[in-house]
Amino acid sequence: MKHEEHPMRKYLRPNKKMPTIWCSGCGIGIFVQSLVRAIDRIGYSKDDVVMVSGIGCSSRIPIYLDFNTLHTTHGRALTFATGVKLARPHLKVITIMGDGDAVAIGGNHLIHAAKRNVEISAFVINNHVYGMTGGQCSPTTPYGLKTTTSPYGNREAAFDVARVVEAAGAAFVGRATVYHTPLLDRLTEAALRKKGFAMVEVIAQCVTYSGRWMGLASPAEMMTWQRDNSVRVERAKEMSETELAGKMVIGVLTDRERPTYNEEYNELLAEESKV
Amino acid sequence: MKAVLLQGNEACAKGALAAGCRFYAGYPITPSSEIMEVMAREVPRLGGVFIQMEDESASLGAVIGASLAGVKSMTATSGPGFSVMQEHIGFACMTEVPCVIVDVMRGGPSTGLATQPSQADVMQARWGTHGDHPIIVLAPSSVQECFELTAKAFNLAERYRTPVIVITDAIVGQMREEVTLPEADMEIEVRPQPTVPPEEFVPYDDPGNCVPAMPAFGDGYRYHVTGLYHDVHGFPTTQSGEIDFLIRRLFSKICQASQHLQWFDSWYENSETMVIAYGCVARSALRAVREVREKGLDVGLTKLKVLWPFMDATISGVLDNCRRVLVPEMNFGQISREVERVNQGRCEILTLNKVDGTALTPPEIVRKLEEIHS
Repeated sequence: MKHEEHPMRKYLRPNKKMPTIWCSGCGIGIFVQSLVRAIDRIGYSKDDVVMVSGIGCSSRIPIYLDFNTLHTTHGRALTFATGVKLARPHLKVITIMGDGDAVAIGGNHLIHAAKRNVEISAFVINNHVYGMTGGQCSPTTPYGLKTTTSPYGNREAAFDVARVVEAAGAAFVGRATVYHTPLLDRLTEAALRKKGFAMVEVIAQCVTYSGRWMGLASPAEMMTWQRDNSVRVERAKEMSETELAGKMVIGVLTDRERPTYNEEYNELLAEESKV
Repeated sequence: MKAVLLQGNEACAKGALAAGCRFYAGYPITPSSEIMEVMAREVPRLGGVFIQMEDESASLGAVIGASLAGVKSMTATSGPGFSVMQEHIGFACMTEVPCVIVDVMRGGPSTGLATQPSQADVMQARWGTHGDHPIIVLAPSSVQECFELTAKAFNLAERYRTPVIVITDAIVGQMREEVTLPEADMEIEVRPQPTVPPEEFVPYDDPGNCVPAMPAFGDGYRYHVTGLYHDVHGFPTTQSGEIDFLIRRLFSKICQASQHLQWFDSWYENSETMVIAYGCVARSALRAVREVREKGLDVGLTKLKVLWPFMDATISGVLDNCRRVLVPEMNFGQISREVERVNQGRCEILTLNKVDGTALTPPEIVRKLEEIHS
């Protein structure tokens, strides 16, 4: 049988030792494939892609991918990404963050990146828990869930990342789960193509921790949970708040035209040069 | 050469621009804000990028990002903001990203004294970020030196691929003096570039002088940058041999730099008593030294322009040729302890510490010198 290389193999680093650090059954790998497929469809040159991440399981993604990659500090990937994009605007800047990363310690950076509308495609991989540090409660942990740092049940409401980013002014906001792969592919590509700050919240399973806390024993059970607890945005419009309680609304949540920070800044430079 | 009247903070900004800085990200804080205001006005005129970020951590993050994209970058702040920046100073040390940070010292700890001077961030500049790390810190004591040392900070950052901190204070930063600006372009250094094609490029190997080449993102040399300990390819490692290689190379780099960083001014060398001072206190000290010499006291002054790496060779030379040293500082003794360390019992080391938010004045230093010589 002829050996054929995986069509996305070219995006993996030739000199990085495998396997990845992710647990078997982790949802992150599904997103990685979705991301490189979208990059491949659009046809970016690898030299023109800068991938910036924070700290956490999903922030390890750039290590394995053959782009200009920057693994930064906890929560602050977007600040570095802002510097790269403004200093060298032709580069395609992508950030990858986890839920604790982007929403807890990096929440203010997330809000301000959306407000500025810097052209960055941001992916927040939400597994509802701090996975790398051992399954602690995160800002997106469901209410009531028992974790290692909420042993009596989480008494805080979960953060709705997408709504926060939408309210802050992002040009594009979407949400998908790794179960809904065709939707994830579409949203990922749309976010990459968007002029302006685009954020996709990617619901992914942490089998080792959130699965254990949620009583979902296998990756398949967790992905079934994703299927059963998601509602397409088109259908959600016809549902009452009670019907939507506990459900994740998936799809394109916001898609609007706003001048990007780069456009505003170029205008400022043009006006200044006339003076 | 042309002479102009400038404020210390303005001179820092102008020195940065003269050295080729074209990216500024910052967050306002007294008494440093004029640096940011000058950059907000001037950087766009030069086609560069100015951005006001949401906090100091974000500011230094953006600065590091811009530098990785190949643009000389800086930020400026004061004590409280300097504390917030520490995480990213460590990141820049570990990833060897050239950048310049100006800290205009005010009284601390905490919010402390927003408008009053201090020299209490000297040790924070050295050790503020966690973990063993090398750092370069320059200390101007005049508006002229604000210009010159900020410009030199960029050259050092580029040459050694390291963050460089310029530490001034509310007096030096806010005062106005005549400054002579170089008319022609000054000597400007840029980071080393790879001499091999991308497929042969090893981003974190030691080329012999401990400073690896640094292509910009987008130049065709795709590599990984991380604050984790990394191997020569830039990938995270927990192997003791690779960890040891990296941290020792980082230290060797700045150790080697130290030989070329013995920057100081001296007045009346080899006097019986030598004053060792820096920043705004060096100004008061010079006047005090001149005054007591008129009264016949054998006193000289060594003014430090580099605080870190500490100038052991220079200080050792001073200690070899005097009987005693006075280290006046506007803190509880941060540089005096370094002088003690180098001294190893050779001379008597005396201190004069003022920590009340006001300047250490010439009469106060005169009084101390007279007391010593009585």
